[in-house]
Amino acid sequence: MEITLAHYLFVAAALFTIGVFGIFVNRKNVIIILMSIELVLLSVNINLVAFSAHLQNLQGQIFAMMVLTVAAAEAAVGLAILVTYFRNRGNIAVEDINQMRG
Amino acid sequence: MLASIAFYVLSVIAVLSALAVITVRNPVHSVLFLILTFCTSAGLFVLLGAEFLAMLLVVVYVGAVAVLFLFVVMMLDVDFAELKQGFLSYMPIGAIIALALFSELALVASASMSAQGAPISIATEQASEITNAEAIGQVLYTDYLLVFQMAGLVLFVAMIGAIVLTLRHRPGVKKQDIAAQVGRKRSEGVELKDIRPGQGLG
Repeated sequence: MEITLAHYLFVAAALFTIGVFGIFVNRKNVIIILMSIELVLLSVNINLVAFSAHLQNLQGQIFAMMVLTVAAAEAAVGLAILVTYFRNRGNIAVEDINQMRG
Repeated sequence: MLASIAFYVLSVIAVLSALAVITVRNPVHSVLFLILTFCTSAGLFVLLGAEFLAMLLVVVYVGAVAVLFLFVVMMLDVDFAELKQGFLSYMPIGAIIALALFSELALVASASMSAQGAPISIATEQASEITNAEAIGQVLYTDYLLVFQMAGLVLFVAMIGAIVLTLRHRPGVKKQDIAAQVGRKRSEGVELKDIRPGQGLG
């Protein structure tokens, strides 16, 4: 059985769903939430590359590179915020973060 | 045939390790499973003929992002068992939403399967005899030059942001102050004493 575009779409859909599910069930752990966001972005990348191969168009791969860039930047800034928050508060409980508004 | 087997093996490993990322108790194991997910996805990209992006995924995600996660997980001294509480209470609603989401996405994907079932071509650029990296380079530095520069700007701003967020000045730590070092006067460093012969410093 040949592998078609739909097979890749199924894998990407599964990864996306797992990422969203991870955000739901790990509500208290910011690090796991950040990892779940990485999973979601990875599934988007798989979709983009699959369509790029399907349509024989390189545009999708260029766009996937940009998504990769944004994911790297997001991880760096997110973890920096997390480290600063931990330094000030001594824990990383998500429920207490809403006290930071001001 | 071999490509089909490789696809199924890689995708099953990717999905299972993604599930492990969100369910295992130890966050260090979580990060390691995340690395496994990225590596298998890089394998899927190779199957799709996007070798350059696959290597980029390994270098950027595994080499930089996942290692950054590993640093932070090991650096923060947090009781992760406590953070795992509430996992089961959010499980049912999360599972319902995840199932609904997946069934919707799968419906769309299966619609595309019935619409055009042409096998996805492996290695898009094989016909034109140039490699994937070469093809990307030919368009990235010409048609998408502005996008490329914007990506650099995004990384630059993120780098500055991360540094500004984590930089702190602790009092009581001895550090080299080059401005003070270079800007000091002769009078601050040298003192001339006029000593008479035969008397010593006294």
